[in-house]
Amino acid sequence: MLKTLLDNDRTFRYLLVAPAVFFILLIGLYPFIKLIIASFQNISLFDDIRSFQGLLNYERLLFDDRLWHSIVRTLLFTAVALPIELVLGYLLAVLFLEKIPFKAALISIILLPTIISPIVAGATWRLMLDQRFGPVNQIISWLAGTDVKLLWTVSASLVWPAILIAEVWQWTPFMFLLLYAALSNVDREQLEAAQIDGASWWMTFRRIVLPAIMPVMFIAVLIRALDLFRVFDLVWTMTQGGPGTATETLSIYAYQMAFREFEISYSAAIAFLVIFLLTVVVVAALRRVEVSR
Amino acid sequence: MNKRDSGLRLWLRFTIALFVTVLFAFPVYWLVAISFKSPEEVYAYPPVWFPQQFNFSSYLTLFRDGDVWAVWNSLVTAGISTVLAMLVGTLAAYSIVRFRTGGDHLSIWIISQRMIPPICVAFPIFLLYVSWNLVDTYVGLIMLYTAFNIPYVTWMMRGYIQDIPIELEQSAMIDGLTRWQVLRKVVMPMARGGLFATAVFTFIFAWNDFIFALILSKSEVVTYTVKVTGYFGSQSTFWSKISAMSVLGVLPMFVVVATMQKFIVRGVSMGAVKG
Repeated sequence: MLKTLLDNDRTFRYLLVAPAVFFILLIGLYPFIKLIIASFQNISLFDDIRSFQGLLNYERLLFDDRLWHSIVRTLLFTAVALPIELVLGYLLAVLFLEKIPFKAALISIILLPTIISPIVAGATWRLMLDQRFGPVNQIISWLAGTDVKLLWTVSASLVWPAILIAEVWQWTPFMFLLLYAALSNVDREQLEAAQIDGASWWMTFRRIVLPAIMPVMFIAVLIRALDLFRVFDLVWTMTQGGPGTATETLSIYAYQMAFREFEISYSAAIAFLVIFLLTVVVVAALRRVEVSR
Repeated sequence: MNKRDSGLRLWLRFTIALFVTVLFAFPVYWLVAISFKSPEEVYAYPPVWFPQQFNFSSYLTLFRDGDVWAVWNSLVTAGISTVLAMLVGTLAAYSIVRFRTGGDHLSIWIISQRMIPPICVAFPIFLLYVSWNLVDTYVGLIMLYTAFNIPYVTWMMRGYIQDIPIELEQSAMIDGLTRWQVLRKVVMPMARGGLFATAVFTFIFAWNDFIFALILSKSEVVTYTVKVTGYFGSQSTFWSKISAMSVLGVLPMFVVVATMQKFIVRGVSMGAVKG
């Protein structure tokens, strides 16, 4: 019975996708529908009222300064961290394309930060940046010649640089790996021909290298941009969004609303807004890829 | 690109490369070093750059207090969910590639599930789990990690399966193999490299998860990421515990990546090219 069932192509193909669809429906679609319904209701953990209140939660979104500040912070952080990672990753990739002794060993050591979980990366940098026992302040003190005690994860003006350092440290190797793989596939003969023809560095880069690495670079940037947009773990370990709300990113704000202040319906509205924005951006980005192909 | 690389330039490049490597490796060294320091060395000022001897007291404390269970919990949830997600996702990918099941819509719908930030669906899932009594259980976390990794596996395996020549499968079927046997004896072995690479990343995603574990575990199934953040107190911070637990949490990753390095580099570059 089972054998004839499996030999039938039509049944077979649907049988194969069935478990995947089931899992995604269960844990992907159900919460999503629940989210949309909740966002029109008035649920909080402290009373049992579940009345619908129309668009009230969405109206509140518009005038929630804390929300918009967290969005701006997240976008700014993405806009600063991403180009730094991209450029540093590219420079590293160019360096390692050349002949270097012990290349393979060095590359695998450089990749270490990317393997580590963001939680451990955050913990590591808290150790590194500790005002008294951390080596970073110690090195700065040596260079400055006096005792320097910077409060990296406490002082409002230094928390963002601290998080940025950890973020760039962790994800530059990822960019490096992808760009290194892409650059290795660039046609050498074309490059040499361009050199013989006397093309400038910039011309060679724009006309030959960039088009060749573009697909990989695009995907790398898209992956990292999406990750940065929902950054939570790293910031949570380093500052928990503090001091005050100085490093409160969108994800952290959403977490605070749902699990600290139990504004369930309102946090559902926030979640829905985020999913909506992301969908718009990603669809637009993917359409661009389709067009460029 | 010069034909004759002068020794000087080679050494200059090597020096720069080495410097960069040290820069990236040092924080990892520092983490490991602290976990082996004696309590006096951890809180010494100025900091001790090289611990005088291997001091295992931080690790012993973790074992004595039973905190290492968190690493075991991570291992169980990440391990089982990886196997499940690989199985379910690969089958789906095969169906999508070979039979064009669901056309483009199905595959796009599946991958779009990956985009949703975990924090956005965390609360509905939490409510669902409360009503099903799945909070703080292995089954709960395993189901969640499986579901969240299926899109990734499907997407990646799609690319690898596309590369398998269809003629191989056809000739196997002419030889009298059933569909199911073709899948097991032709497709799976051919996609071995892809399976390994994808499995490594699936495992890493589940292993590194923090948000879901934070929300869905209370006291029983606490993973190592939740444990590490738990040591950061408002009054005192337990550096030696943090570092030792972090090292225990990172070690399996290093082992996995070191043994699978060949597959990973290829997997990353291929996945990126294929998109």
